[in-house]
Amino acid sequence: MNAPLPRWADLVLLPAVCLLVALLVAAAVVALVGQSPLEVMMALVHGAFGTLRGLSYTLYYATTFIFTGLAVAVAFHGGLFNIGGEGQAVMGGLGTGLAALYLSASLPAWAMLPVMLLAGMLFGMLWAAVPAYLQAYRGSHVVITTIMFNFIASSILVYLLVNHLRPKGNMALESALFADSAKLPGMQQALAWIGVEWPNSPLNLSLLLALLACVAVYFFLWRSRAGYRLRAVGSSPSAAEYAGISSKHQTLIAMAVSGALAGMVGMNEIAGVSGKLILEFVGGAGFTGIAVALMGRNHPLGILFSSLLFGALFQGGAEVAFDVPGFSRDMVVMLQGLIVLFSGAMTYVIAPMVSAALRLVPGVRHG
Amino acid sequence: MDEAFLGAMLASTLRLATPLILCALAGLFSERSGVVDIGLEGKMLFAAFAAGAAGALTGSTSLALLAAMVVAVLLSWMHGLACVSFRGDQVVSGVAINLIAAGMTVVLGIAWFAQGGQTPPLSNLVRIQPLFPGAGNGLAFIPLVGRVLGEGFLTHSALVYFAYALVPASWWLLYQTRFGLRLRAVGENPQMVDAAGVSVLRLRYTALTLNGMLCGLAGSYLVLAQSANFSANMTAGRGFMALAALIFGRWNPFGALWACLLFGFLDAAAIRMQGVALPLVGEVPVQFIQALPYVLTVVLLAGFIGKAVAPKASGRPYIKER
Repeated sequence: MNAPLPRWADLVLLPAVCLLVALLVAAAVVALVGQSPLEVMMALVHGAFGTLRGLSYTLYYATTFIFTGLAVAVAFHGGLFNIGGEGQAVMGGLGTGLAALYLSASLPAWAMLPVMLLAGMLFGMLWAAVPAYLQAYRGSHVVITTIMFNFIASSILVYLLVNHLRPKGNMALESALFADSAKLPGMQQALAWIGVEWPNSPLNLSLLLALLACVAVYFFLWRSRAGYRLRAVGSSPSAAEYAGISSKHQTLIAMAVSGALAGMVGMNEIAGVSGKLILEFVGGAGFTGIAVALMGRNHPLGILFSSLLFGALFQGGAEVAFDVPGFSRDMVVMLQGLIVLFSGAMTYVIAPMVSAALRLVPGVRHG
Repeated sequence: MDEAFLGAMLASTLRLATPLILCALAGLFSERSGVVDIGLEGKMLFAAFAAGAAGALTGSTSLALLAAMVVAVLLSWMHGLACVSFRGDQVVSGVAINLIAAGMTVVLGIAWFAQGGQTPPLSNLVRIQPLFPGAGNGLAFIPLVGRVLGEGFLTHSALVYFAYALVPASWWLLYQTRFGLRLRAVGENPQMVDAAGVSVLRLRYTALTLNGMLCGLAGSYLVLAQSANFSANMTAGRGFMALAALIFGRWNPFGALWACLLFGFLDAAAIRMQGVALPLVGEVPVQFIQALPYVLTVVLLAGFIGKAVAPKASGRPYIKER
């Protein structure tokens, strides 16, 4: 077979090439529908980074993607493919929202916000733990069960909103507004405390929570015993078993941590932005998390960067859709699919080509 | 519960189950050959778009069907390139297909037809019409059940009957032919098939081609028979429901048929049960009925009602030893 890529090429070059291929295909589609790829790209970059407000939205989208991306990555290191981030985020948001609805009138913010965070993590964790238990002890495959759980989660949310949480006489499918103590401060407000002026946007303090989660996941996976066990099972369940690590327990732990991370999405979308429980607050972010984790090579640092990339795509895409007639935001969904395709499913198609190309360059060591 | 209601209920169960059956059979072929297919939803969606676009542009039913099948087969082959020719992850590839289809159909739809992602409505000449118009009363001479059966069974289009005919046909192909034996073998033990001198690659690509054609039919059904045009995300999870039905039917054509009929019935019931109080249980929330297929599938997978065992080699790429 092909010689393995040198480490730097595997970590930086290959993802970059995969991203480039995805962008080229997307550019071809843009050209096919009669628009200039370059113009769209410029407008997109400007929309995402050109103004403080744009940057602010980019970071807001990225926050959610960090949570769902980390969720996919932790499960991956445990040897599991968690395709249910969407459902876990829905349930997590439900937990966050329910805590706020029932307690925000009586608790002050310093107690309310941690309770909401814990409730979200707990709900997400439980929603992931059931498929994990079924995989570990009942032999059903976690991919299939988490897909099913995505649908069940959204049914539960719709049911609760329609029948129980919607205030009487309210047509829109949303709960009552939370009291002020359940509102996570926005970045504008938070930066004003230290005297920095920042434009008004949905960006809120959960960005810091997301960064903390990145650090925590890094220390958990690579600097703790528990993380070592988890990764051991992920790379070889039988070897881990031989070393006395129960792969069943690790399946449960990996999915529980994964679900808890996905469950934090509600802190950004519900506690940070909407201030009430709404229907579509996840909006596919669970699936974006798969693309984010694949791009970021399942490493917190990589996930941070690829979340930024996807945040920029979502924000920039929205701006382009506003500016360029006939351009739809769904272009970003398509690009997301192309990135999953090329950096996920087709890496083995692309890697040999990169390897062959490198061999043509003199002075590059292999191995 | 009068005759008209029962007849309509039966008819709409059969109709709603049709795309599920086509899609579940598509999944059956690929999964029995050892290739997991999460991308049923995306392929059906893209096929529906192709049928809608081709139907609107050419005004021909057969070209619409052809376009749908070609597009879905191409997506299947892309899946094959990533996961059969190379050892890419089958689930990841399926997720990619779903995302690409969800995004690209809207992008192309807006660019080509400028109707917010929809395709223009197809005329009745392009749409597939009921095979026996006005046949709802055709069986009325049978006492008691005649009207129900006539309304339930005779009011459908050719595609519906074709879908149901494909169930025994698929069973025959899988269990009574040499090809079927090899296909099932390659899903259980590809090394053995390879050792016997049969190409694993060719079998899996054949399975994926059948898979694409069936997804194409499922997508066309949505546009040519169920609605009159394509609209964004119109598959609305049917591909995943078909996947659930396939598992619920334990990777067997007739098992999948019953599961699809059950899910079709639940779908038909969900529409009609809104605000209706049942004896003993009272009003059943629509969301509960909608979630029931997924709940049942999870319960089955968990081994609480029987056991569903996937083909042994599914999800694992086959690498020929050298």
